[in-house]
Amino acid sequence: MSTSAERLPPSLRTEALEQLLTERGLVDPAVMDGFIANYEENVGPLNGAKVVARAWTDPEYKKRLLADGTAAIKELGFGGPQGEHIVVVENRPTRHNVTVCTLCSCYPWPVLGLPPSWYKDPAYRARVVREPRVVLSEMGLDLADDVEIVVHDSSAEVRWLVLPERPAGTEQLSEEELVPLITRDALVGVAKVVAP
Amino acid sequence: MDGIADMGGTDGWGAVMVPARDEPVFAEPWEGRAFALALLTIGRVSGRNLDAFRHALQRLDRTAYLDDGYYGRWLNAAELMLVDSAILAPGAVDARAHAMRGEQVEEPAVPEPSKPDYSATGPGSLREVPEPPRFAHGDRVRAHDISPAGHTRLPRYVRGHVGTVELVQPGHLLPDTHAHFQGENPQHVFTVRFDSRELWGAEAEPFVLTIELFDSYLEPAS
Repeated sequence: MSTSAERLPPSLRTEALEQLLTERGLVDPAVMDGFIANYEENVGPLNGAKVVARAWTDPEYKKRLLADGTAAIKELGFGGPQGEHIVVVENRPTRHNVTVCTLCSCYPWPVLGLPPSWYKDPAYRARVVREPRVVLSEMGLDLADDVEIVVHDSSAEVRWLVLPERPAGTEQLSEEELVPLITRDALVGVAKVVAP
Repeated sequence: MDGIADMGGTDGWGAVMVPARDEPVFAEPWEGRAFALALLTIGRVSGRNLDAFRHALQRLDRTAYLDDGYYGRWLNAAELMLVDSAILAPGAVDARAHAMRGEQVEEPAVPEPSKPDYSATGPGSLREVPEPPRFAHGDRVRAHDISPAGHTRLPRYVRGHVGTVELVQPGHLLPDTHAHFQGENPQHVFTVRFDSRELWGAEAEPFVLTIELFDSYLEPAS
């Protein structure tokens, strides 16, 4: 690692590490390209949005999702690293769930992709387990005083996914029409889904 | 251990970031390369495992952990694991980086690899635990007030505090030993519910916190 006396840019150090490992045949740059493309193009919060839209429109699916998140998510074809055991929690008018990983940045990759910068930021990791109402307010979500906040710290291999409330005014929308309304931030619990 | 990574409840980080709607997955191309290098390093190249990677992250100093952000710390932890397994000599990455800039540097010789003589019993971390769970829904439990020298997933902010068991999760291998290649020691994992005032005092914002704790982190509380 670079010492603070002479810090090399991480871009250069990454390139150096890749060169050291590829010249010895230990990694294949094409395999790396595949990993990167998969998380840039395929595995992202659209998957989680599809799960939620299905749950909002199919009560039987919602029951299965809340009973065994991993299995119900697999029904839609989503699984893989960091998705070995996914537990889904439902937001209600009087209970709001929000997730964090204080020790690193554990996140349910198969349904949300790789975590966004605010989730990995020390301020979020440190503060949401101490003053969640203040943190959510700073992020633009003001909750009424009678709403109970439940913070889930993913310290082991359980990965939490929030099932947000379906907003009023969307009763006539189809599953496909609901999907684009459902944001990553709502699936972590730092925002609500809003009607178009 | 109680490294920089154990951030829950710590002060001094300022305001949280306000989410951006269309943030790219990797802000810069090197972040994607560092991500992929770390994934390949974790098992295949270093002969270590995900818990050893998390422990490598915990062992980083403040500069290595924070200054180049999330993928910077992944890069540094991957390098640490590769040095631990003697795939790379200490300083090899910096030496190559200097050489790539056209500077005259002597690069260290490639060492004799020394991967741990250890492998997991199966993929992932879920494992069968033959014994019935020690605690059930509603049981009061106290997290041990300990500061282990090695890897742990017991954060400081719950140590010594009393909560109630909310859910009994499937058994997992124990990161504390698996990270050090000392066995999987599968255990039951409990989602434990804490009142915010138990964790932070009477003046705390009222809320509920849940966290997954391994059997050996817990003792019964009256």
